Parts: sequence; C-alpha cells; structure tokens
Amino acid sequence: MYDFKYQKASSVADAAKVIGGDSEAKLVAGGMTLIPTLKQRLAKPTQLVDLGGIAELKGIKKDGNAIVIGAMTKHVDVANSPEVKSAIPALADLAAHIGDPAVRNRGTIGGSISNNDPAADYPSAVMALNATIVTNKRKIAADDFFKGMFETALGADEIVTAVSFPIPEKAAYMKFPNPASRYAIVGTFVAKTGGNVRVGVTGAGPVVFRWKDAEAALGKSWNADALKSLSVKADGLNSDIHASSEYRAHLVGVMARRAVAKAG
Amino acid sequence: MPDSGIGAAVRRKEDFRFLTGKGNYVDDIDRPNQSYAYILRSPHAHAALGKIDTGKAKAAPGVLAVFTGEDIKVGSLPCGWVVKFKDGSPQHEPPHPVLAQGKVRHVGDPVAVVIADSKAQAKDAAELIEVEYKPLPAAIDMNAATKQGAALVHDAVPNNVCYDWAIGDQAQIDAIIAKAAHVTKIDIVNNRLIANAMEPRAAIAEYDRGTGEHTLWTTSQNPHAIRLLMGAFVLQMPEHKLRVISPDVGGGFGSKIFLYAEECILVWASSQVNRPIKWTAERGESFMSDAQGRDHVTHAELALDKDGKFLAFKVSTLANLGAYLSTFAPAVPTYLYATLLAGTYTTPAIYAEVKAVFTNTVPVDAYRGAGRPEACYVIERIVSKAAQELKIDPAELRRRNFIAKDAYPYQTPVALAYDSGDYFTTLDMALKSADYAGFAKRREEAAKRGKLRGIGICSYIEACGVAPSAVAGALGARAGLYEMAEVRVHPTGSITMFTGTHSHGQGHETTFAQVISDRLGVPIEQIDVVHGDTAKSAFGMGTYGSRSLPVGGSALVKALDKIVDKGKKIAAHLMEASEADIEFKNGAFTVAGTDKSTPFGAVAFTAYVPHNFPHETLEPGLDETAYYDPKNFTFPSGTHIAEVEIDRDTGDVALVNLTAADDFGTIVNPMIVEGQVHGGLAQGVGQALLENAVYDARSGQLVTGSLMDYCMPRADNFPSFSVGTHATKCMHNPLGVKGCGEAGAIGAPAAVMNAVIDALGAVGIHDLTMPATSEKVWRAINGRQAA
Ligand SMILES: Cc1cc2nc3c(=O)[nH]c(=O)nc-3n(C[C@H](O)[C@H](O)[C@H](O)COP(=O)(O)OP(=O)(O)OC[C@H]3O[C@@H](n4cnc5c(N)ncnc54)[C@H](O)[C@@H]3O)c2cc1C
Repeated sequence: MYDFKYQKASSVADAAKVIGGDSEAKLVAGGMTLIPTLKQRLAKPTQLVDLGGIAELKGIKKDGNAIVIGAMTKHVDVANSPEVKSAIPALADLAAHIGDPAVRNRGTIGGSISNNDPAADYPSAVMALNATIVTNKRKIAADDFFKGMFETALGADEIVTAVSFPIPEKAAYMKFPNPASRYAIVGTFVAKTGGNVRVGVTGAGPVVFRWKDAEAALGKSWNADALKSLSVKADGLNSDIHASSEYRAHLVGVMARRAVAKAG
Repeated sequence: MPDSGIGAAVRRKEDFRFLTGKGNYVDDIDRPNQSYAYILRSPHAHAALGKIDTGKAKAAPGVLAVFTGEDIKVGSLPCGWVVKFKDGSPQHEPPHPVLAQGKVRHVGDPVAVVIADSKAQAKDAAELIEVEYKPLPAAIDMNAATKQGAALVHDAVPNNVCYDWAIGDQAQIDAIIAKAAHVTKIDIVNNRLIANAMEPRAAIAEYDRGTGEHTLWTTSQNPHAIRLLMGAFVLQMPEHKLRVISPDVGGGFGSKIFLYAEECILVWASSQVNRPIKWTAERGESFMSDAQGRDHVTHAELALDKDGKFLAFKVSTLANLGAYLSTFAPAVPTYLYATLLAGTYTTPAIYAEVKAVFTNTVPVDAYRGAGRPEACYVIERIVSKAAQELKIDPAELRRRNFIAKDAYPYQTPVALAYDSGDYFTTLDMALKSADYAGFAKRREEAAKRGKLRGIGICSYIEACGVAPSAVAGALGARAGLYEMAEVRVHPTGSITMFTGTHSHGQGHETTFAQVISDRLGVPIEQIDVVHGDTAKSAFGMGTYGSRSLPVGGSALVKALDKIVDKGKKIAAHLMEASEADIEFKNGAFTVAGTDKSTPFGAVAFTAYVPHNFPHETLEPGLDETAYYDPKNFTFPSGTHIAEVEIDRDTGDVALVNLTAADDFGTIVNPMIVEGQVHGGLAQGVGQALLENAVYDARSGQLVTGSLMDYCMPRADNFPSFSVGTHATKCMHNPLGVKGCGEAGAIGAPAAVMNAVIDALGAVGIHDLTMPATSEKVWRAINGRQAA
C-alpha cells in the first residue's frame, strides 16, 4: 500500500467536497474491492474518504411501490431484510449469494454498483428491475448508469446515495458462480414489473446488459419454454480460463430459463 | 492405566493453544531491533539480466541494504537426489542460485533483496531498483520444451531434459503387449497443483556477533535438514553455529520441506546488516515461489488376458520440474512414482520411462502424496477403463487382480516388497458403505431429474514411512531417512519427548504422547512433545511421506525400551531384587512372583536422587535417545469410492458421495486419523474437480496467480465423507503403523474421475482430463472441441 490520507466524512456534501477538489481522492465504502487494489499497489490515491460514518446512506425502506436501499447498506443486511425478503425476495436471494460471509459483511450496494465489476451480481438486478440510482446530484435510470467495464455514468464528485427498486410481480436471479472467486461467470435476473419484462445479464459481457430477445419472448409468454429457441451470440462476450465466450453465451440461456422457472 | 493410550480418540493437546490464539507462528515472532526484507522478483518467465541499478533504492528512507546476485556469492541450492539417464549418466543439475545470476528463469525468480526498517519501506525501495531485462522466448509447454529448437531454460541442458530414466525391461513388455488378448491404452494429464498452505512461508534470521551464532526461524517441515543443507552446501556454516527453529507451522503439504532461497538470503544478510531480518510471503508470492506439485503427462498401456488378468503394464511419462531442481524434485516422478506402478495388483511385468523436463515455470517438487498420487491415478484410471472396455464390473476386475491375502511379503516387479495388506476387505467395506449394489437405482432416479450419475472406484496403495536408508541410498538419495527420539523423564515423573519429526497440523504432540502414555502409564497431560528446534532435538529428518509415526514413532518406541530397561535396573536396586526378575506393567515395576512393586514415578525420582546407587553399574538420570532406520517402506492401502452427478445443461459436477476404507495398520488416535483422511480427500477432490495451475503458454505468466483464479476446494464442495479403517499391521515396525497423512490425496482423484467418466459413459464419453471443470464437461457432452 502506498501512503495516503484518511478521513471519515460526516455528510455526503462533505465527502463530495473532498473528491470534487482532489481528482486523486477516492471514496471508500466496504473496501472489499478498493483495499485489495491498494494492497497490491495498483492504485495510489492521495486520500481516502470513508463513507462509513454517514447515517443517511444506510438503511432500507419501502417507499410507495419501491424498495429504497441506502448506498452504504451491506449485502448481509439486504439478504436479511424483512422488507426486501417480502417485496423482492429475488434481490435478497442475490445478496445472500455474493462472495462469502466476510465480503457480505463489509461490501455495500453503493460500492458494488459504483465499481461496476463485469462479474458483480447487483447490476443484473438494477437492470432487470429498472431501478433508479440516486446520487447527490440527480437520479439516473438503470439503462443510463452502467457504461462499460468498471465504468459508470457517475461524475467526478458524484456519490451514489441510494438505489430505488420498483417492486416486481415476479422476479428471480440465477447465478453460475466462478468456482474460485464465487463472482458470477453468468448471472441472469428476470423480472416482470407492471406487466413489463426485463432480463439483466451480468458476468457474460464486459458490462451488464439486457437480453432484449428474451424480454420480448417472455413478454408474450412468461414461461421458460419461451426461451428455448433463443440464444445469445458469443461474439464480444468475456472469455477466460474459467469460461469461454461460447460457454458463457450458452449459460445465459440456461440461467435465464432456470430463473423464469424459479420465479414461477 | 490412563485412557490416553494407543487407540484412544483423545482430543489434541495442541488445540487449546491454537483455538485460543496462542499459537506461535513465525510471523508472530518479533526480535529486538528487527528489520524487514522484501524480495524483488522477476516479472518475466525468461530473460537475460542486464545492469541492475540499486542506487536509488539504497538511498531510500529506512533502507539498510540492497543485495543482488552480484553481492551474494554463496553456494547453489542443493538437490538431495540423483536420478540417472537410461545409459547410466547422471541427471543434469544446473545451478540454482539464491538470487538470479545472469538470467531469470521463471516469473517470481528472486532478483534482489531490500532490507529496511519497515516492510513498507523495503517495498517502496524495491520499486526504485532499475533492472535491465532482455526478454527471451520461454519454454512453457513441457512437450514443446523437449523439441528441437525450443528455448533452453539452462544452456547446459540439451532439450531441457534433466534425465530420461527407466525401470523394467521394455522388450519383454512389448512382446507381452503384442500378444495380449486385450490392451487398454490411456493418455493422462496429472494437473499441476499449488499447495496453498494456510500460513504463507516466513522466516526471521538473527546473527549474534558475540557468539558468531546464527538463528533462523522458518516455516519448515524439517528444520534439521534445512540446517544441514544450508550450512553445508550454501553458506558453509558449521551446525553448532546455526540454529534452525520451526515453531508452529500452519500447514505444509510438502511445500515447506524444501530449502528455499529466501531462508539462505536472510541468514546471509542478517550478518551483513547485523540486525535480525524478517520476511513473510504475501499470498501472491506464495503462488510464484512455493514449489508446486504433480504436472505429468502420461501414456500408458495395460495388457490383459481373456479373463481380465493383468499381464503387463507400460508407462511413459513426461514430468515437469519447472525452472530449477528443488530439493526432492528428481525423486518424485521416479522413485516415488514408478516403483508404485504395481499398485494393489499382481501385474507380473512393468516398464516405466520418465523424462523430466525443465520449463520456465515455478519449480515442482513433492506435494501431499508426491509421486504416489500420480502413480495411483495412472493405474486406477486404466484399470477402470479396461473394465469398461471388457464389460467387467470394475470392482470385480480389481478383485481378480489383487495380490492375495496370503502372498506377503510380496515382491513387485518394480523394486518394492510389500510386507502386509488386505485389499479385498477394504474394497468390500467401501462397496458396502457406498451402497454400490444400490447404485443402478440411484442412477435411474438421477436420470429422471435430468442428471448424469456415475460411480468410481480407486483401490490405491502407497509407500510411506520414507525411507529405509539402504533403499534410499540405492535409489539415489544423498542421505538416509531414519529418525531420532529422545525421552527425558524428569525427577517427578513428567516427561519431555524430543523428536526430529515436525508437526504442522498432524497432531504429533498428542499422538506421540499417547504412545508414551501407553507404554509408561503416565497421563498425557504430564507429557510434552518438543519438535522443530535443532537446539532441542538432536537430529531428525522431518515430516513428509507419512513418516512421522512409522519412523519417528518407532524411534520413540526404541527410546522407551531403553527407559524401561534403565528403570528396571533402578527398580532392582530399590527393591533389592535381581534385574532379571523385574517386570514393568501398568505403570509399575514389580518383582516377578512377589507383591513387591515400585511405581514409575518413584523410579524416576530415584534416578535423580541416587543417594546409594552402585555407581560402578548404575548411572543417575533417566533420559534416553534412540535412532531408528526403517527396514522397509510401509504400505497403506485401501479403496475410495466417489459418486457424482452431472448437470447436463451446465456441465457442473457435484460430488454427492465419497467413501474411504483405509488400511493404516495400527491406529493410535482414530480422531486424528479421520481428520487426516478428511483433509487428504479434500485435496484429492480439489485436484479432480477444481484446482489447476495455469501458465500462459507464450508469456509464462501464472494465470492462476491468486485465489480469485486458482480454485481451492471449500466446505460446500463436499458431501459428508464416509470413512472407515481395517488394519493389517505393518510387519517391520514395533507399533505396526503404516501412516495416514497422504492417503486421501492419493486415492480420491482417481475415484472422482472414474465416477465422472462413468457418468459421462451414458453419453459416449470415456476420457476427460482433470480437473473436470464445468466447461470441460459441457464441451465433452456436446461434442465440442476444447476452447
Ligand atoms: C473475495 C471477494 C468475493 C466477491 N464476490 C462477489 C460476488 O460474488 N458478487 C459480487 O457482486 N461482488 C463480489 N465481490 C465484491 C463485493 O461484494 C463488493 O460489492 C465490492 O467489493 C464493492 O463494494 P464495497 O462496498 O466493498 O466498495 P469499495 O471497495 O469500498 O469501493 C469500490 C469502488 O466504489 C467506489 N464507491 C464506493 N461507494 C461509493 C458510492 N456510494 N458512490 C460512489 N462511489 C463509490 C469506491 O471509490 C471504489 O472505487 C467480492 C469481493 C471479494 C473481495
């Protein structure tokens, strides 16, 4: 680790001010991604601004027809939340299968989506549930948020404060985990909200994407069999020692069908 | 008698300290005025070293010294074994410098060391070292490395072949194979593994200018061997000025047997800077500097007669050694591999040839099982394949070829003579426990759920208790592998036992205490077992090859015999009887035929308060040392049965049952044995389904260089294991013990892969390489080429 300054922000505005004034400063949430990066000397921030002391960023509440989750809410709290479990059980299920217990007890939803790892689980839910990302500056639609591998729409001094998930009629997530890291090799989140079907796919490509052919087919008939003749093209998908792009393309279909069956 | 003797499942004495955070590992130790070392390692698999500019690093804050290969002119890291070419010429043994000289040969090869006041300062300064590398083409793929025109890892080693060795009569075997009713052929890859002990390697070296003594604390499985190899071959330091301490060590699995560059660098440098120096590997460093395991490519042919009797077995293996010869490396794919190729069977003729190859990868050496898992895998895969081809039940084919129960001692055609065994009983136990008879039903039921279910058998044997000096010497070991034990009885009857073996998870502090308790009738609470310090135990060869109890335990029994003999003399004196009439039983010395009795404690006390001893014939004290050189290897054996279910859509393999029935001879502590079996099975399953060290074929970068990509097995990868034992005693050691540390890792891979291939038989697949990862299985099911 290189030397850096550390400070605990007392408010979102306070944190925004620091990162706005210093392009080399970094926010730290659960630190599950950032700290290993620092330890391996892959990043050299001037200062770390800890969001851990900002009460307004924590917590889960039902707001009309949506579940709103504060950015600093840990995966374990989403997994165990009675509100999430009753309104969007698929989201609680997703959170319960992120990494391992240590990661779930530190990692946060805000950190996860801001980091936008191509193999992270939450982005698939954000896409499929058509969630809204709330920042200190604006509200960003899911479709506009995830820009590319580790790239989001967030500006230099922009901080995710919450994510608002509309409550679906049906939803389910199926993940085919990387056996070593337990991140998603492929994760497919299917949801039907207000009669609208959306399918979010993570792990397969450089960034989360919607499988629109599947959405159309499921829109006509909410049934796993409706996906049988569909497939995703392997071109442009990720390929590594754990899974080739061809295999990933195949798994998108398998996981989507299983998710629909699971959603009932 | 205390109920802590042989056979009692007593809780481990050491666990109180481990479970309450009182373990004392190398990294827990801090010496006054300690400094820290950081090792700068090669980022290239193969490069010529140009100028190394350490000027800026030396001037960096907190830096005490920076050394490169130019500065450390010490001996080469030695290799303990010699293997010969078929023509009798010795193996190539290129130098293995502690810091690179002229060239780097694998990613992670040490290039320079920075010593500073803090770890961070050392690391910061290392970034300021400017190294001129001229990258060279690398030899990565083992097969390609032996071909004309391949890059040479060592200029003096033609075709990168360290040796091309053989055992057996090739012409005889070829003739049998040519005429046989059936020949089964197989091509096998034994995947490269990385041990990943929970505790990374670490060391502290300290030099005392006043006495000229060096002390090294290190994470070693055999501190005495480290002292000998380092002192005699690398640093030219006499033993009495070099003390090596291996305190609590968090797992080794073989990877901590070997003498490593870092240990030598630290001991040398600590006298240069005149301060203690500490080094603790980061996990990433462990991946690129701990010796790795396995990595064989093998073609084998098994000739059978029309009834399925094995006639001849022919094996041709390429073994990857990595960039340098590690301490045990040459022995692993030869003496510890080819000599086991008879397995549990009567195969009368065996020929094996092994070509060992240098590549620009991390050195390969012994890893849990060392050579024997590789042998077992070849045998047990080809036997199951033959069964499948001949449509004979695989259990039945094994039974037809097992060595008969009354055939011991049994001389195999490949040098070893088995002293005892009973493969039929463990096979039957395993079949019963795994409900082999009910498998067809389970398969049908699984098929209804769309799953492919398979069952696999492996009836392994291993040679443990390394190693009889005579055999080891004949086989090319540069040392004998005996063991030492000292039993020091204190005046009030408590006991400290010193052993040259080392416990890094095995529970010796309990097991050895049980042996003592059993013999002397002293409760184990009054017995301490000391290991891991060259200043405390007189000598020793350490722990590996399941040798501690068969060899170290036998030395202990010899020392206990001496204690009892001495005790009898004292008791005879105390009770005014003839020594010949003294018996020792149930913790007391008695005079035969009388009611005269003296407890062991009273004898111990008298030994140290010898007021009226006949000094001409009886010395004070009760402290005895014994050395034991085994007469033969021990031969644990058994059957493991695995059952898997394969998800046809994803190729995912789920292990649903795993059964082990093992013959370890006498069992001292069944709970510890069960733990050893569980751990071994876990590693065996890891090899079969999850673990694989992958190097980029061109750049030689270790692609699986972290736990995010190298897949270690976790609890949720396993079903509950069903384990049992059946003992036939070892015939040549006093306890009748055979060793149990490696069995799981030896038997499980073939059992699991036979199960996977059995499951895939339903879709016409009869071959698959380890690890059976989901994509590989999916491709096999769907007839797709490898990606
Ligand atoms: C071993 C391991 C296994 C894992 N497995 C999985 C898995 O299976 N699935 C999965 O989805 N994830 C997995 N993760 C990732 C983990 O779940 C976290 O989601 C991830 O580490 C990011 O969250 P964090 O709170 O730790 O963020 P941090 O590491 O603190 O920050 C990550 C990045 O986000 C920025 N950031 C943080 N919070 C905000 C904010 N509110 N606004 C703007 N920017 C912000 C930081 O500046 C930093 O750049 C795994 C991680 C590890 C270490």
